[in-house]
Amino acid sequence: MPSKKSAQPSGERASWFLKFGAIAIVLFLHIPMWLIFLYSFTTDTAAYTFPPPGFTLKWIPQALANPEMQEALSLSIRVALLSTAAALVLGTLAASAVYRSDFFGKEAISFMLILPLALPGIVTGIAMRSAISLMSIPFSFWTIVIGHATFCVVVVYNNVLARFRRSSGSMIEASMDLGANSFQTFRHIVLPNIGTALLAGAILAFSLSFDEVIVTTFTAGQQETLPIWILGQMFKPRSRPITNVTAMLVVLITALPILFAQRITAGSSDTEGETK
Amino acid sequence: MLNRISTYLYLRPKLVLALLLLPPLIWFLVVYIGSLITLLINSFFSLDSFTGQIVREFTLKTYAKLFDKANLEIFGRTTLMAAVVTIACALLAFPLSYYMARFASPRVKTFLYLAVTLPLWSSYVVRVYSWKLILAQEGIVSWFANLTQLDGILAWYLKLPVVGGSSLAISYTGVFLVFVYIWLPYMIIPIQTALERVPKSLIEASGDLGAKPPQTFWNVILPLAFPGVIAGSIFTFSLTLGDFIVPQLFGKSAYTIGRAVLTFQGTSNNIPLAAAFTMGPILIMMVYLLIARRLGAFDAL
Repeated sequence: MPSKKSAQPSGERASWFLKFGAIAIVLFLHIPMWLIFLYSFTTDTAAYTFPPPGFTLKWIPQALANPEMQEALSLSIRVALLSTAAALVLGTLAASAVYRSDFFGKEAISFMLILPLALPGIVTGIAMRSAISLMSIPFSFWTIVIGHATFCVVVVYNNVLARFRRSSGSMIEASMDLGANSFQTFRHIVLPNIGTALLAGAILAFSLSFDEVIVTTFTAGQQETLPIWILGQMFKPRSRPITNVTAMLVVLITALPILFAQRITAGSSDTEGETK
Repeated sequence: MLNRISTYLYLRPKLVLALLLLPPLIWFLVVYIGSLITLLINSFFSLDSFTGQIVREFTLKTYAKLFDKANLEIFGRTTLMAAVVTIACALLAFPLSYYMARFASPRVKTFLYLAVTLPLWSSYVVRVYSWKLILAQEGIVSWFANLTQLDGILAWYLKLPVVGGSSLAISYTGVFLVFVYIWLPYMIIPIQTALERVPKSLIEASGDLGAKPPQTFWNVILPLAFPGVIAGSIFTFSLTLGDFIVPQLFGKSAYTIGRAVLTFQGTSNNIPLAAAFTMGPILIMMVYLLIARRLGAFDAL
């Protein structure tokens, strides 16, 4: 890792201009996001007046008790949990296969797994919609889950594969030489080794699913996940204060686990957060 | 018993490989590739304009509609927006990525990495929503313009053709700002990764051979960071191309690819036209990915 004291000859301290630019961009990325918190406490109910005319805590209990919000939240959590579980299994299997052997089409696997995220979300969405319509499958909780699981796989896959590549295969050989069978080796050597990668992958997959809107628009019928509910409120605001509090809640639900995921994989370069 | 299964499997690596690979492979082939194929099939169907039913017979009629003037304009408008957003993201991302890769101390670097990935992973909808608050007529931008007496400039800017509008909340400028804001982290990380990989010895060598820092930057660092820019641009470009929420919330009535697809599919139930329409961004992204691979962008992911 480069440090400020690196043995560079001249001009190797960040210029004032570069530092200012870096700080400005971090602020640009963060101020809008945290502004939501301010608006959760405003007394203004009809507009988005800045600065807020006054502050109150009364919206928080009201938002939490809102039945529509509760229903959407519960749906989102259930969808995210199931998609994450499916993504964990499929992603780990794919990563193990790609790591342990060479086979024809190995490159194509990684490419195929990343495709649902690399292609515009609307492509994945309308593709699934057309499949659902062509086969006359009814929309349900499960059509949402299947869609989400598909684009979550790559996150787990990337994390686990990166961890496999960093850990040495000799441990596994040693375990087998010492008489452990494949299952014991998996349980006692492989699993502890990839444990944090799995956890980090799961957290990222969860937040990916939790705030997805584009694919969900096409795979959900009448059901509203939390992001879709918020979106509806943006087009036709009915109760701004409750939407503001819900938005804050979503930030907290996704941000805190992500900070935790980064922490448990800290020091290693296998978070692969960039390939969302 | 377990031992016997274990030995059995150990002696048959191909079987193990098949067992590992089959579930994800089947899932993706059926759910994803299968869906893409039905999309392709649907694009060759057409909609009966009298009954509103999908006619399941092979035709190129639907594709012909793509070449209507209005639809070509939609493609042009969306691609232009995606290109402008991508360039703006690259320009904004570079200073921060550069600082992170070359100057930040390990602690500062970890902090900055978190500061970039947190918005990347946390809610898309909420981050879009926050701009609704910021750009609103009574929101923070107008407040700031009033405070600094810049409201004259803001009013003048909004009167400009193309970029202006009745308020920032409904203008191409608004759409552009929100897009840049939400996709920027996708550009920062790959550029930073690419910059990290520039060997220090190369930079030293350049200096030893008499290049001044700006020369080293333009001739050594920038070309080596380019695959990172391309990698980031895959995301910013593709995401802008397919997004229908931001143009719907902040744009004027003019359609983008995403909005058009949503409308064809949703209100007129014209899945064939929506499917044919989607072939546009798929084609654009396929070409883009192939070029990106040639330029080495996948190593920078």
